[in-house]
Amino acid sequence: MLRLARRLWGTKGLARWILLIGIVITAIFVILAIFAPWIAPYGFAQNRVDGAKFVKLAHPSGEHWLGTNDQFYDIWSRVIWGARTALEVILLSVFFSLIVGVPLGLLSGYAGRATDKLLVFVMDALYAFPSLLLAIVMAFLLNAKVGNGVVAAALSLTVVYIPQYFRVVRNTTVSVREATFVEAARALGAGPVTIMRRYLFGNVVQSVPVIGTLNAADALGTLASLGFLGLGIQPTEASEWGYDLNRALDDAQAGTWWPALFPGLAIVLLITALTFVGEGLNESLNPALVRRRVKPARFDREDVPVLAGDEVEVPDLSGGGTR
Amino acid sequence: MSSSRGSLPHYIAIRILLIIPMMLVLLTLVFILLRVAPGDPVSAAAGGKLNEHELDLRRHALGLDRPLIVQYGDYLWDAVRLKFGNAMSDGTPVTTLIRDHGGATLTLTVGAFIVAIALGIPLGRYAGRYRDSAADAGIRLFGIVVYAAPIFWVGILLIMAVNAIDRSWPTSGIASPVTIYEVPTHTHILLLDSLIAQYDVVDVLQHHVLPCLALGLMLSGIVTRLTRVNVVQALKGDYVEAARARGIPESRVVRKHAFRNALVPVITVIGLQVAITLSGAVLTENTFNWPGLGTDLVNYVLARDYVAVQGLVTFFAFIVVVVSVVVDIVNALVDPRVRY
Amino acid sequence: MTMLQKGMPKEPVIAAEDLRVWYAGPAGPVRAVDGVSFEVAKGEILGLVGESGCGKSTLGRGLLGLLPDGAARDGSLLVGGRDVLAMSPKEARRLRGGELGMIFQEPLTRLNPLMRISDHFAETLKVHEPRLSRKEIERRALEALRVVGIPPTRFRAYPHEFSGGMRQRIMIALTLVVRPAFVVADEPTTALDVLVEAQIIRNLHELRSEFDTAMLLITHNLGIVAEACDRVAVMYAGRILEIGDAREVFANPQHSYTRELLRSVISLETDGLHYIDGAPPDLVAPPSGCRFHPRCPDAMVVCAQRSPEEKVVAGTAGGGTRVACWAAERRAGVADLGPEESRPLEREAISVADEA
Repeated sequence: MLRLARRLWGTKGLARWILLIGIVITAIFVILAIFAPWIAPYGFAQNRVDGAKFVKLAHPSGEHWLGTNDQFYDIWSRVIWGARTALEVILLSVFFSLIVGVPLGLLSGYAGRATDKLLVFVMDALYAFPSLLLAIVMAFLLNAKVGNGVVAAALSLTVVYIPQYFRVVRNTTVSVREATFVEAARALGAGPVTIMRRYLFGNVVQSVPVIGTLNAADALGTLASLGFLGLGIQPTEASEWGYDLNRALDDAQAGTWWPALFPGLAIVLLITALTFVGEGLNESLNPALVRRRVKPARFDREDVPVLAGDEVEVPDLSGGGTR
Repeated sequence: MSSSRGSLPHYIAIRILLIIPMMLVLLTLVFILLRVAPGDPVSAAAGGKLNEHELDLRRHALGLDRPLIVQYGDYLWDAVRLKFGNAMSDGTPVTTLIRDHGGATLTLTVGAFIVAIALGIPLGRYAGRYRDSAADAGIRLFGIVVYAAPIFWVGILLIMAVNAIDRSWPTSGIASPVTIYEVPTHTHILLLDSLIAQYDVVDVLQHHVLPCLALGLMLSGIVTRLTRVNVVQALKGDYVEAARARGIPESRVVRKHAFRNALVPVITVIGLQVAITLSGAVLTENTFNWPGLGTDLVNYVLARDYVAVQGLVTFFAFIVVVVSVVVDIVNALVDPRVRY
Repeated sequence: MTMLQKGMPKEPVIAAEDLRVWYAGPAGPVRAVDGVSFEVAKGEILGLVGESGCGKSTLGRGLLGLLPDGAARDGSLLVGGRDVLAMSPKEARRLRGGELGMIFQEPLTRLNPLMRISDHFAETLKVHEPRLSRKEIERRALEALRVVGIPPTRFRAYPHEFSGGMRQRIMIALTLVVRPAFVVADEPTTALDVLVEAQIIRNLHELRSEFDTAMLLITHNLGIVAEACDRVAVMYAGRILEIGDAREVFANPQHSYTRELLRSVISLETDGLHYIDGAPPDLVAPPSGCRFHPRCPDAMVVCAQRSPEEKVVAGTAGGGTRVACWAAERRAGVADLGPEESRPLEREAISVADEA
């Protein structure tokens, strides 16, 4: 973990800025989410204060910073509460995907043969399937039993992301297993389980943060899409940005821009931030992609023409060997 | 070392044969998903308006009381004959839905691809060539943001922007009602039919602009990043260095050597974006009141019409598989090295 | 400032004087080529040998300017009398192909897979001789291919339809169709089998006699040098240690390294493997003095202190063998060393330096 932090700090240049910006923006949303009850001026389904109903579609003003929408809700509050919903759903769906995908991957990689082939084929098919359609089908199915709150939404998204974790874990398991048999034959006592736990864990832990973050970005988009189509979380259960955009569509035709702009902006910002974090992590952790900034070679005499003074980026060929 | 380890017809034949196992898996998946439904589709669709006896009749009519294996067999057999069932709520055969509304989805997706390619490939190429420049950073940011922005939001923004500039520009539907009424149906693709009938093609095209732009922008995010990565990769190629050693000017090296080779994997991957494009089409159609299969899907889902949903989803699965095979074949045509 | 050898009447095609090529590295510049001087005359083949990592490939690429970002060149490099390093980068680039050619090591990936062979030729000729008609281009291309033994029926084929050896021959034809004055051949046969290798060498010789091309043949295979080259330069850690007539150097190696290198060549008479202790040095911080001193069995105290200058020490063929070695110069009586300096270097210093 410490090695990871040090690696992250060592990445210079643009990659570092991107990672930083992503983390900062994500952190802001996390704060909004956690402290929503204290930050948001009103509840997410609140359409009146002190017995007086809010004005419908009020312009942004001192009273309502981002205005109100056509359901009389305060948009600023909806945005803040929406952050909480978004984070809850993302965390839940990633969590569920992990607890299904990882064991399945382990099983498949370890068992091998027919079981493995079958599971891989199924997971590949799931992966190839349009993710939104899959989520729609799941939402359709779960609606009857689990209703349409946060948990239902998270479960709808779970199926979409299971194949990715499955794949990573399975591939790592297979490669470790093939090395393990050789080791186990020679090693006295160290069982395959211990070896797998040590090597497997390390490798998987390296890829999971990247996959998880990029999944989170995608999950948010899918959640908002479900909400926009009316298949997501109902407004009385929680505030969800996609749903608000659905309501804003008709009003937008009339020129009312604020109910549409702000929830959408929130979605774009958070997804972009999460993508930045994911890509930034990828560039820092993936040794093949690491590009170090180095000073161009210079000769110590003034009469020698020197290349442009900017640092250049070269792939990290640690070892200093050349042809 | 001869070149004909395999030949083109051979490759195509094998690729087409591989459709069968792929479809089998997908169909099984759809079947399991929809049968696994907690709760009973019939009672859900009925919405509590029928008593138990009538519900049983319904179930029997749909064949839901037979053993699962029998249902599975029937489902597969129907799928092979391209029978997707009839909607529970209004009895419309799903094949009719596909016939009547498939064309709209088709023109939308084709238009979006055109936008994505026209925008994404030049941008990606520029970014790849001038790697690490400010322009490169900007283009990469564009690629990320454009993909992160929800299509329906982009659509709404476009609608608001266009309305502010030109109130008369169409922001909803596939054509004005008059056009729809007047144009005789031949191909069931409105754009083509209006061309054939020479009736107000401009109207139809105008209606296409915003939706294709919205969907195309999202896709261009993918295309841009894809092209950029492949151009960067191609520029590292050995043949690129050899060309430079022969004194070929850099602009030509990038164009004729790096870019051309970069395009090969790009074309393939673009073709494989059909899954994402379908998802995006569903959203776009619901934003612009587009009379395509995406709107149908959502409507039937909201009506809890499980047969229609099953039929439409099966159809989408078909499309995904068929397109991926076609893309592979086109790739084989373009790249002389690919043969089985 | 070029050192014209005695008995060399012509102006050399290419002459390097104290040439340096350094890469940008995270720990400081990598001094891959660090003060190299040589000349190649018209129609002459100079072999360049050395272990992996000695800088010979960098030198080859550096002559053409095919270097990655952050690399820099220093010293003097005269091509046809003009100093390449004093030119603007654009001007220097224009020499590529037309005056300076290159044949690469890995032939399988050096041709554009989407372009026919005929297109490759057309492109190259159009860049360097834009006024040629299409017929002329085809004639020249087919002629070049004929010399290397590729039949005209294969002219419109794609690269993947050829074997590795054939692709290398196509590369040679492609490089020489514009008749450059000087060609760098960077391990042209390393990736090919022995029979094809012989063929390629024969092709290079034919081209030399046909076009009078000067060549730098980079290889780690001493057998090829003996067979194909007029002169040879031995390179180590970015410096040329010995340079002279090929037969002379092989028969009478002056530098300890050359001697050890020749000893480690395996032949039918070999009954025990010979190797040189230690490993090539780190090019970011190379050893002081003579770079070979940590591994040299003849090392003296002075070898660790001062770099030896190049001096002509032996032979008469081609102007004699030039070497940079205190021991060799001492033997030849051209070195001015005190008794302290001539003492053998302590053994432990060598084993400590082993770790480099």
